[in-house]
Amino acid sequence: MFKILDKEKLALSIFRFEIEAPKIARKAKAGQFVILRLDEQGERIPLTICDFDEKKSSISLVLQEVGKTTQQLASLSCGDCIADVVGPLGKPSEIKNFGTVVCVAGGVGAAVILPVARVLKGVGNKIITILGARSEELLILEEELSLISDEFFIMTDDGSKGRCGVCTDILKELIEGGCDISRVVAIGPVIMMKFVCKTTEPHKIKTVVSLNSIMVDGTGMCGSCRVTVGGETKFCCVDGPEFDGHLVDFDELINRQRMYLEEESLSLELHDVKRVECRCKKHKKREGN
Amino acid sequence: MLKGSSVDARSTKREKVIDRLEQNNKQVPSRIPVSEQTPKERVSNFNEVTLGYTAEQAVAEASRCLQCKLAPCIQGCPVGISIPSFIKLIKEGNFRGAINKIKEKNCLPTVCGRVCPQENQCEKLCTLGKKGEPVAIGRLERFVADYERESGKISLPKKKEPTDKKVAVVGSGPAGLTCAGDLAKLGHKVTIFEALHKPGGVLLYGIPEFRLPKAVVESEISYIKKLGVEIKTNMVVGKITTIDELFYEGYDAIFIGVGAGLPRFLKVPGENFNGIYSANEFLTRVNLMKAYLFPKYDTPIKKGENVVVVGGGNVAMDSARTALRLGAKKVYLLYRRAKEDMPARKEEVQHAKEEGIDFRILATPKRFIGIEGRVSAAECVETRLGELDNSGRRKPVIKEGSEFLLAVDVVIVAIGAKANPLLPKATPGLKLYKEGYIATDQNCVTSKEGIFAGGDIVTGSATVISAMGTGRKATLEIDRYLATLK
Ligand code: FES
Repeated sequence: MFKILDKEKLALSIFRFEIEAPKIARKAKAGQFVILRLDEQGERIPLTICDFDEKKSSISLVLQEVGKTTQQLASLSCGDCIADVVGPLGKPSEIKNFGTVVCVAGGVGAAVILPVARVLKGVGNKIITILGARSEELLILEEELSLISDEFFIMTDDGSKGRCGVCTDILKELIEGGCDISRVVAIGPVIMMKFVCKTTEPHKIKTVVSLNSIMVDGTGMCGSCRVTVGGETKFCCVDGPEFDGHLVDFDELINRQRMYLEEESLSLELHDVKRVECRCKKHKKREGN
Repeated sequence: MLKGSSVDARSTKREKVIDRLEQNNKQVPSRIPVSEQTPKERVSNFNEVTLGYTAEQAVAEASRCLQCKLAPCIQGCPVGISIPSFIKLIKEGNFRGAINKIKEKNCLPTVCGRVCPQENQCEKLCTLGKKGEPVAIGRLERFVADYERESGKISLPKKKEPTDKKVAVVGSGPAGLTCAGDLAKLGHKVTIFEALHKPGGVLLYGIPEFRLPKAVVESEISYIKKLGVEIKTNMVVGKITTIDELFYEGYDAIFIGVGAGLPRFLKVPGENFNGIYSANEFLTRVNLMKAYLFPKYDTPIKKGENVVVVGGGNVAMDSARTALRLGAKKVYLLYRRAKEDMPARKEEVQHAKEEGIDFRILATPKRFIGIEGRVSAAECVETRLGELDNSGRRKPVIKEGSEFLLAVDVVIVAIGAKANPLLPKATPGLKLYKEGYIATDQNCVTSKEGIFAGGDIVTGSATVISAMGTGRKATLEIDRYLATLK
């Protein structure tokens, strides 16, 4: 059992959880993930480790309520327990002084990119961050990211904060403006990562993406997480989650992520019905904060 | 129990049997059949197919044993169970004695009685088998093991005095459980590290409920725990800790039994369409995650109407029969070699056939076709047998122009596994074979001091019992090694 030490609402339907996991906290490196299972009936879902604190023996995970499991997790409060957390899984990010690194973060990707950007900054890179979201209320970790960035841009689809548009607009301007970019790290929705890669490819700027495929075991045993990279099948859980974005078959990934859409919505519907029933019976357990 | 009289009765009976064999033109009394769920009944449930002997049936079957002095059957048993002795005890009605006899050599009798390929092992060498049907050793083993389990009174063997030695066992499949159980009996302190959230390895995620009920696996695991073995789940060794760190934490020896792991794919176009699974994924979703109970359980699975399974081993049979139980209307099984080359147990092939699996022998998929990202058809091609390959079987060669289409919505690729590099990569200095399997000598000793390995990560995909056999071998070697430490 893994205890929830802290819970914070970062934005509309986005939460940060601090979970007691001393062994994982000691071993985790930026870019790695855990797989968790909430209870006996639960599925195993991967979540990237956003922060780890050896002293507090804890790791932090950021999640957005999208399906049944994330909703159920979001309804837990401090002191509640998660049945299983396994990790750290996947390869850590490649950390080196590359020169200037542009970090492009979309949505909850901001939480995943934060530890990577922090370590990259720590080894001497110049960090330019482009933080994007659909609208202002979905922007997260603005302060934390701006603090470690040498240059910082905000983009929202509707212009409610920062500039109106998509992350690649600024990236394009930077490239065309002659900014000497050594590397781009893009983490966010697959479609965003795809377009970032399309933007950088003609300029041969190395672009690293972090992929979130559907997983079961997370140790290379099942192949559920397979992605095509450079024409070869790779397992996201052990070969990734970070890959050279110019080699990734994003369309296949988008398709594979949609594999269980029908099942997911059924699951969610049933869960919603249960939640409403629970609330009627005044079994109020959810939404601690 | 009047032991003396039953021994006399036995010896006269045995003589009689032998006499009869000789007189009756070497006729051997035939096996006591075991009851099974009918094919029609069983394809709509996940309950166990073979129901097992009753006490009367077991005694009757045990009475067929000739109690040969040389006991060739024992040679066929990878863990060396004293087969004639336990069968004699069954015949005498001493079922507890029989199970204790088995447990001297085998920690997982309820499992072995169900999934061992006895027809290629002990039963193959049975003297009766030369003239007729061999003694149903596997069914007898299962009977006494179930007898004990159902009685709820599980006897624990005598453990040796505790030593002050600590052993880490990585992986809780058949190799790891055997090694851990045996080492605990020898008085050592054993901790198992399991990567998944539940122990059991392939017994849990791989072999389906209808062949090996999970309650059976759980009772075996609780037995191992009662022997004093500690099991830590959610521990991916190579990630959260390493072999070297385990030594640092005070373990004196380490046994690696992590299984082969990495699934093989066909490497044909379209293989990543949705609806195409490795057998590992398909079976793990169903067995470990209980996807067949979705949405009560959260893990989903695509239940196909028309399913193609590729492969000819037990895992392929398990996948095909599982697909059927999930509600498939039609399940094809494609195998690219000859029927005789199928590595699956005869009984499994037989069961699969009875249940209506459509065997397409000498055929293989060439590519998969999809609609909107989901597999919709498999373009297959016939094969013929060519020259012998290095597995000693005739190599399948594609027959040009023999393409045919199967409309499918789920495909399960069950063509074996490769070595998972996760742990070896995190263990510098550990010598590997070419394909990434861990190199060991006959006695499971690896190239690094204090590290032993067994099961599929050494041998490549094999059977539960052969993994257990290596677990047992490693135990002896580890015990010897620990004695050399001060
Ligand atoms: S999640 Fe199973 S192999 Fe990657």
